[in-house]
Amino acid sequence: MSHLLEVKNLDVKFDTDEGRITAVENISLSVDQGEVLGIVGESGSGKSVTAKSIMKLNPGNTSYNEDAEIILDNENVLQFTSKQDLKKIRGGKVSMIFQEPMASFAPAIKIGAQMVEQLLIHKNINKDEAKSISINMLKRVGIADAEKRFNQYAFELSGGMRQRAMIAMALSTMPKLLLADEPTTALDVTIQAQVINLIKDIIKEYQMGVIFITHDLGVIAQVADHVAVMYLGSVVEKGPVNEILKNPKHPYTKGLLQALPDINNLDAPLSPIPGNIPSPLDRPTGCVFRTRCPHHNPEGKDGKIEMKLIEVEPGHWVDQCGIQCGQNG
Amino acid sequence: MGDNLISVNNVSVNFDYQENFISKKQKIHAVNNINIKIKKGSFFGLVGESGSGKTTLGRAILGANKISSGNVIFHDDERDYDLTNMNKQDLKEYRKKAQLIFQDPYAALSPRMTVRDIIAEPLEVMKITNSRQETDERVRDIAAKCRLNIEHLRRFPHAFSGGQRQRISIARALVSNPKFIVADESVAALDVSIQADILNLLKHLQSELNLTYLFISHDLSVVAHVCDVVAVMYLGHIVEMGPSRELFKNPKHSYTKALLSSIPSIDPEKRSEAIELKGEIPSALNPPPGCVFRTRCPNPGIDCKGGEITMGLTEVEPGHWVDQCCVL
Ligand SMILES: Nc1ncnc2c1ncn2[C@@H]1O[C@H](COP(=O)(O)OP(=O)(O)OP(=O)(O)O)[C@@H](O)[C@H]1O
Ligand SMILES: Nc1ncnc2c1ncn2[C@@H]1O[C@H](COP(=O)(O)OP(=O)(O)OP(=O)(O)O)[C@@H](O)[C@H]1O
Ligand code: SF4
Ligand code: SF4
Ligand SMILES: [Mg+2]
Ligand SMILES: [Mg+2]
Repeated sequence: MSHLLEVKNLDVKFDTDEGRITAVENISLSVDQGEVLGIVGESGSGKSVTAKSIMKLNPGNTSYNEDAEIILDNENVLQFTSKQDLKKIRGGKVSMIFQEPMASFAPAIKIGAQMVEQLLIHKNINKDEAKSISINMLKRVGIADAEKRFNQYAFELSGGMRQRAMIAMALSTMPKLLLADEPTTALDVTIQAQVINLIKDIIKEYQMGVIFITHDLGVIAQVADHVAVMYLGSVVEKGPVNEILKNPKHPYTKGLLQALPDINNLDAPLSPIPGNIPSPLDRPTGCVFRTRCPHHNPEGKDGKIEMKLIEVEPGHWVDQCGIQCGQNG
Repeated sequence: MGDNLISVNNVSVNFDYQENFISKKQKIHAVNNINIKIKKGSFFGLVGESGSGKTTLGRAILGANKISSGNVIFHDDERDYDLTNMNKQDLKEYRKKAQLIFQDPYAALSPRMTVRDIIAEPLEVMKITNSRQETDERVRDIAAKCRLNIEHLRRFPHAFSGGQRQRISIARALVSNPKFIVADESVAALDVSIQADILNLLKHLQSELNLTYLFISHDLSVVAHVCDVVAVMYLGHIVEMGPSRELFKNPKHSYTKALLSSIPSIDPEKRSEAIELKGEIPSALNPPPGCVFRTRCPNPGIDCKGGEITMGLTEVEPGHWVDQCCVL
C-alpha cells in the first residue's frame, strides 16, 4: 500500500540578505493513514519549515530542490500552483495547528466566525451546520462555555484556550493529514492528556495521518508511533517510538534524553548539550552535529563522511556517521 | 518589608463579557482574592489549569492589568510602590524594575524591527543608555548571554524559529537590568537541551544580578527543578502553595494530585496512567459555589459536594498551604 504522505529528498532553502540559508537538507519521511509521526529536535532544526512545505506555506524567498517530492495521496504537492490545488492542501486534505496560536486567528474577527468560514470554504454545508460543528468541536477540546467563547476574540482567551480553539478549528474539517506543530505546549498536563486522547480518538475514527511536532519527549512517548529526530535541517535518526526512546543510537538523541529534567531526581543538575548550534549560514560539512559531539573522531570531524541514514534495527535508521563515530569514540 | 519583594493582597481581577449589545453585562472572574508573598531572590513558580488566571495575575503584578480589588506592593530597597496607587513617575520607574517575558514570542516581537532594535527598545524607551555605542554594547552582551549570534541581530524576527524568538524576548526583558521578572511560559517553546540551557542561564543571572522571578509554567518537572516555592491555580484561585519539594512530594489538594499524575511518562509502554479528570470544566463566568474543583474532582467528600465550605487557604505544614475545603 502506498503511504498517505511521502516526503522524498527534500531541501528547503531561504534567500536572505546574508546569503542562502539551508533550513532543511535531504529529508525523507513517510506517514501512513492512522499513524502518528513525531518530530523532535533542536529549536531551529527545521521542523516547522518541513511541515509548512507540505502545505506550501513557506514565504516567497523559499526554494525547493528540483528532485524533491512531497507525495500526498499520489499527487506531488510541490508541483501545485493553481488555487484549486492549493486549496486541497490548505485546509482541505491537510490542516495545520500552528506553533503560534495568535498568528492563525485574525485579531479583529471572532473565533467562531473564523471557524465557520473555514468550514464553508472546504465543506459543502450551510452556516448553521458549520456553527454547530464548530461549537461541538470547541466542546470536545474541553472549552467550557463553548457557545460564549465562540463569540470572543483570540486576545480574550488564555494561551491554552487559544491553542485548543486552534486545534478545534484544524480538526473540524476532518483532514486526511493533520500537521500539529507544538499543539499542546500551552496546555496544562491534565488538559494536555485530554487533548492527546481526543486527537488519538479522532485519528482512529477518521484514519487520519498525523505529523506531531513537539520538543516534549514525554508527549512523544504518549502519542507517536514513529519518531524522527532533527538537527540543523537533517534527520539524524528515525524509527519506532520505543526504539528511539529506549535504544537511541545517535549522540544528539542521547543528549536530548539526558537534558530532560527528571522529576524524580531534583538534585541532578540540568545538563544541556554543550556548545552552540552553528548558524544555518555555515552548516558543518559531513556530520552536522560534529561541532558539538562528544564522540567525534577525526574523520567525522573533518567532515569527510557524508550524512546518510542506515538501518541498524528493523525500521530504526541512524546517520551512518553517528554509528561510526559512536563506535570509535 | 523585610525579605519580601512583592506582596499580593486579596487581589481580584475581573473582565467584562457581553454577548451582544442588548444582552446583560457579565463578569469573567479571572483572578479571585489571591494572597501571595514573593521573597527577594526567589524563584516563585505558578502552575495550574490553562485559563486559571496565571497570566492575568502576572500582568496584574506588573501593573499591566487593572486590579479590580485588593492591592499589590513592590518593596524596593528605598521605598514601597503600591501598584493600585501610582502616579506617572512611579509607573515609569516601576517599568524599569519589573519586566515580562511573554508567553507567545510570535505575537510579542514586532515584525518590522531588527532583532537588535527589538532588544534595544527598552533601553531607548526608558532612556537607560546614553549613546548608541553603549546601547549596542549592552545589546551584544545580553544577546551573547542568551546564546544569540551577533549575525542574528541584523535579521528580522520572521526569520527565526520559535525557540530562537523566545531567546530574543528573554534578551529584551533582561537588557534593562530589572529586579523582578515575570517569565510566562518562557521555556515552553524550547527543545529540552536549550531549555536546560536557558534555565541554567536564568538561575545564573538570578544570583549574578540578584533577580526575583515569577515563573509561570505548565512543565511540572521544570518547575520542580528551578522553583523554591510553588503555587497551584485552578479557576482563578490558588488551591495549594508551598516549598516546591514538599509540595511535589506530598501534594494535598485533589487537583495538584491529578496534575502530578498527568505528567506524560517518557516510557512509551506506560501510556495513560493519569488520573483522568472527567466532568464539566467550569466557567470563569459562572464559577461553582464552594470548592471550584468540585465538578471534576475524582474523589469529592460529602461536604464538598454541597459546596457549602468557602474557599480559603489553610496551613497544613509550615509554609504548606492548602484550600480549606480539601483539608476538612
Ligand atoms: N522565512 C525565513 N527566512 C529565513 N530563514 C528562515 C525563515 N523561516 C525559517 N528560517 C530559518 O530556518 C531554520 C529552521 O526554522 P524552523 O522554524 O523550521 O525551526 P523549528 O525546528 O521549527 O524550531 P522551533 O523548535 O524553535 O520552532 C531556522 O534557522 C530559521 O531561522
Ligand atoms: N483581555 C481579556 N478580556 C477578556 N477576558 C480575558 C482577557 N484576558 C484574559 N481573560 C480571561 O481570563 C481568564 C484567565 O486567563 P489567563 O490568560 O490569565 O489564564 P492562564 O492561566 O494564563 O492560562 P494559560 O495557561 O492558558 O495561558 C480566562 O477565562 C480568559 O479568557
Ligand atoms: S558522526 Fe561523529 S561527530 Fe557526528 S554525531 Fe556522529 S559521532 Fe558525533
Ligand atoms: S474540596 Fe472536595 S471537591 Fe474540592 S478538591 Fe477537595 S476533595 Fe475535591
Ligand atoms: Mg517550529
Ligand atoms: Mg497564560
